[in-house]
Amino acid sequence: MSDNQLLEQIEKYLNGEMSSDERARFEVLRSENTDVNKKVAEHKHFVNLIKQYGERLELEKRLNALHSEIDVHSLEEELMIHPSWIVNIWRNHHSKISVAASIAIFAVLCTLFFTGYLNNKEVNYVRLKSKVEQIEKTTSALNSQLNGLKHSGKNSNPANFRGTGFAISSNGYIVTDYHVVKDADSVYVQSFDGKSYRTKVIYSEPGADIAVLQITDPSFKSFGAIPYAFKKADTDIGENVFTIGYPRDAMVLGPGFLTASTGFRGDTTQYQVSTPVDFGNSGGPLLDSKGDVIGIINAKETHVEGAAFAVKSSYLLKTIQDIPDSLKGDLNINSKNVLAGLNRVQQIKKMQNYVFMVKVYNQ
Amino acid sequence: MSKELNSGIPTDSEVILGILNNSDSVLKRLYVAYFPMVLQLIINNNGNADDAKDIYQEAIIVLYNKVKTGDFELSSKLKTYIYSVCRRLWLKRLAQMNRYGGDIKDFQEFLSVDDETEKNNERDIQFNKMGNALQLLGEPCKTIIEDFYINNRSMQQICEDFGYTNADNAKTQKYKCLQRLKKLFFQQN
Repeated sequence: MSDNQLLEQIEKYLNGEMSSDERARFEVLRSENTDVNKKVAEHKHFVNLIKQYGERLELEKRLNALHSEIDVHSLEEELMIHPSWIVNIWRNHHSKISVAASIAIFAVLCTLFFTGYLNNKEVNYVRLKSKVEQIEKTTSALNSQLNGLKHSGKNSNPANFRGTGFAISSNGYIVTDYHVVKDADSVYVQSFDGKSYRTKVIYSEPGADIAVLQITDPSFKSFGAIPYAFKKADTDIGENVFTIGYPRDAMVLGPGFLTASTGFRGDTTQYQVSTPVDFGNSGGPLLDSKGDVIGIINAKETHVEGAAFAVKSSYLLKTIQDIPDSLKGDLNINSKNVLAGLNRVQQIKKMQNYVFMVKVYNQ
Repeated sequence: MSKELNSGIPTDSEVILGILNNSDSVLKRLYVAYFPMVLQLIINNNGNADDAKDIYQEAIIVLYNKVKTGDFELSSKLKTYIYSVCRRLWLKRLAQMNRYGGDIKDFQEFLSVDDETEKNNERDIQFNKMGNALQLLGEPCKTIIEDFYINNRSMQQICEDFGYTNADNAKTQKYKCLQRLKKLFFQQN
């Protein structure tokens, strides 16, 4: 029996077109031959699929005909939720807007990078050495010439730079910031009562920004006992602190708080303090409420109000220890504090004679 | 317009009876009644009117097949059912086109209808294959097969239409065509 004949038989069988005789014979064949049985099932399934496919096409045709009778356009107008114009702009142009924004951000980053904004620490970090203005200098020079005509011999020679320093022992040792006396030809200190002494820099530690001066002036005798001591341990955040210094010709008090245990960009050798400081405060002592020196003022952040930095006193003590014996002479750091228990006014009164204006001259 | 449509909305049981009886008028009323709802869903969720037509017709076909095979139980309003199927189909289509923003604006309540659309999807794949196979089969085979199996025309009529000298020749031709169609159908993946 060929394939076609078998198919014909199967179709007849499925359509019920066989006589009962033929049917019985075919059923025997079907039960004996699994191949034939399989073909019957297959054919039935396949023909059904063709029929269903036909029905589906027919249904789709009917639905399309129905659809064509509907006025889709006016329905659409009616049912569309119209978003606001800004949403529409975004929908239509979001790729262009994204590209524009990317370019803008890239340009800003490039500008910042090439102007050095991203890696230049000095931009917002300034040393507090006071540079006396050129114009002030020339004015003073003129004044001194005029004065010189009247009072011959009077020497008024303004400093190029100015900072603050404070005594660490009674026999004429003073500490200030290294950056104040860097490249100095000569360094003078001027006390609260107006006396001026010549000094020399005996030791400096640029890493910690500390310099030690010794008064070499023959007219100098002794400071007398120093009222404050130096704290070895770190001070905690929140401590009530103050500094005094010479941002201008008069001594100025700067009260505040210790606000962080590290300095600019996490520098662990420094504290951050919230206190008003200005150029000229550099090298001034930072004291806690008991009157112990806890640090030396050295810088401030330009863009942040009241963020100043001070080198920790432990690094000052370490620097003094590091001074070679040949240079050290008879430097004995004071360790007796007589300010504890006094109020702020009395503390300042007692220590004002030990804080100096440091005047630096160079060419 | 909406008033006219409302008055024409067939009841749910009317629809089921109408589908079982192949009623053209019920199908028309059904189609017209719920199309605006689906159009609203699609055009307000990143689609256009053609998408709405495709999705809506697919949903009607799902309903139609379910009713025809007799396993349709009306557990909710027909309107909710149609909306849910369309919503499901549209979400799937959006995902395929990578246009799904993770957020869809809804206008009706809906239920979960995952398995219904799955079943329909399988059948669609089979029908697609069948359509392709018929295209590849070419004439006159395509018409012979369609006339005999789909349009239920007799071999005698087909024999006359195609000018075969006798019905046996036509029959042989038909079986050859059917064999080729099967081969083409099963060759596709």
